[in-house]
Amino acid sequence: MPEPILEVRHITKLFGSVIALSDVSAKIYPGEVTCLLGDNGAGKSTLIKILSGVYQPTEGEYYFEGRRVVFNSPREALDHGIATVYQDLSLIPLMPIWRNFFLGSEPEKGWGPFRRYDIDLAKRTVRTELAKMGIIIRDPDQPVGTMSGGERQSIAICRAIYFGAKVLILDEPTAALGVKQAGIVLHYIVQAKRRGLGVIFITHNPNHAYPVGDRFIILRRGRVLGDFRKGEVEKDALMNLMAGGEDLAQLQRELEQTGEEQ
Amino acid sequence: MTTKAIGAAPADVHTAEVGLVRGWLRRPEVGAIIGAGVVWLFFAAITPTNWISVQGIARILDPASTLGIMAIAVALLMIGGEFDLSTGVMTGTTGLVAGLLSTRLGWHLWPSMFVALIFALGVGYLNGMMVIKTGLPSFIVTLATFFVLRGANVGVTRLVTDQVYVGGIDRAVGFMPARLFFNTGVTLFGIEFRTSILWWVVLTCLASWVLLRTRYGSWIFATGGDAQAARNAGVPVAHVKIALFMTTAGAAWLVGMMNVVRLRSAVASQGIGQEFVYIIAATIGGCLLTGGYGSVVGAAIGAAIFGMAQVGIVFAGWDTDWFYSFLGVTLLVAVLVNNYTRRRAEQISVAAAKMRTEGE
Repeated sequence: MPEPILEVRHITKLFGSVIALSDVSAKIYPGEVTCLLGDNGAGKSTLIKILSGVYQPTEGEYYFEGRRVVFNSPREALDHGIATVYQDLSLIPLMPIWRNFFLGSEPEKGWGPFRRYDIDLAKRTVRTELAKMGIIIRDPDQPVGTMSGGERQSIAICRAIYFGAKVLILDEPTAALGVKQAGIVLHYIVQAKRRGLGVIFITHNPNHAYPVGDRFIILRRGRVLGDFRKGEVEKDALMNLMAGGEDLAQLQRELEQTGEEQ
Repeated sequence: MTTKAIGAAPADVHTAEVGLVRGWLRRPEVGAIIGAGVVWLFFAAITPTNWISVQGIARILDPASTLGIMAIAVALLMIGGEFDLSTGVMTGTTGLVAGLLSTRLGWHLWPSMFVALIFALGVGYLNGMMVIKTGLPSFIVTLATFFVLRGANVGVTRLVTDQVYVGGIDRAVGFMPARLFFNTGVTLFGIEFRTSILWWVVLTCLASWVLLRTRYGSWIFATGGDAQAARNAGVPVAHVKIALFMTTAGAAWLVGMMNVVRLRSAVASQGIGQEFVYIIAATIGGCLLTGGYGSVVGAAIGAAIFGMAQVGIVFAGWDTDWFYSFLGVTLLVAVLVNNYTRRRAEQISVAAAKMRTEGE
């Protein structure tokens, strides 16, 4: 078992008197997809905002590559290689693909006051990098807003990988997508994993999580309700756990039964 | 685009043909160019002898130049997703500051102008900070600034001079060099052209270069397009917005100085009402009111349309009282043309996309 690339221990987050997260611990391994599952209000967003540096935990420790870290801003997390792709807040619809791809990290050429955006390089790089992920574009000038939701998510994922992400946090990337589009995004999640990234995939849809996930962490009401490897849990059980229809003990019984049958 | 691994080569031939037309129609300033052509032809038909002459061109470019300098700064701010209603009154305030310091305190005109610049940039900074910190719409924040400045322009001027204007600025030390630098007449082909035209052209090129060819330009588009997404990508959104507010205030200072050296006086009511003209010029030029889209060149052309309307009405011998009514109609027509071309461009895009998919 390799060392976890990212680990949180006993994280608690309070907003005033509201407990958003309580004693949450999790490990993220490189080359694995860790699915973070939970219903609305389970604390998924709070946890990923702590992981991506938006919030600081009230209590608990955060380790990255074995060293303890404190992130004061998303930029600091990004500089460590922790990239977050938000559901609809990652690309700017009116801007062309190449401007979006390099936003915030524009390649430049020239000297002093004549320093300028290296547009040719940007357009060329966008084409080749997207092609590496299997996305073929004809016109890098196409505004992102004219593309489908799945294509946009794929470009955002590709961008994070290109800029050296070691951990990729995906916030409900498939939530607003149709079946086919979601399939495209899942494909790129697997691509990212194969490149050795630690992927954190947030979703409330076990049908999307199950095919690509290696580990499943289930959150409910700010607590970790379960942490499973693939094969330790069935898809239906995941669904029940998330919704809170069953508790751990019942699940255990079910797992034992299936064990006996085998 | 397609997510298939292998694209179909034959379809490229068709898309390349459509691409040329679409690429041109997709530019935000295309509506303004067509609008400018229509207005020009209109007056050329009505009053051809005056219109198609060197003098006619000089007359048109004169009002267009100062308006254009403001319009390009306002366009940048609008692309960045904000409004500034204090731009018009600021051209008056900066003139009054420079005028009062040089005539009442006997300062050299250059340091007086420098203080006016610092004042303008300070107000621009405050506008930006208030918008960022309060989260209020910039429309409201700068409307407040507009009223405060409007009141102060009259209040301070009357307090100091007992009148509502500052005269005799041409007697200040350093007036002539300032006049040469900011706004003077140059005779070309026997006709006097204002040097403010040169400023306008140079600043349009500079602003367009920054917007389209530097990283700051991308940040401006991103800030106006989706501030949250821009922040997530590491764009310093607050800095960009504050810098843009300071740019409009700085442009207002420049135009204020041009007026001062030209008129040799500053009037307390200078520039009031012009803020909407700048926004209209930027809108005709293709800026979206919602931000994230627009063109500096378009805004400059929008200003030229205004210059044409203003001068054309005089040439045609019409009652100039109707100028603003004409302007209203021009605005509406220009924006309709804008929308039409944009829709056409989108339709062509969709058609091209369809052709591509069918080709595969």
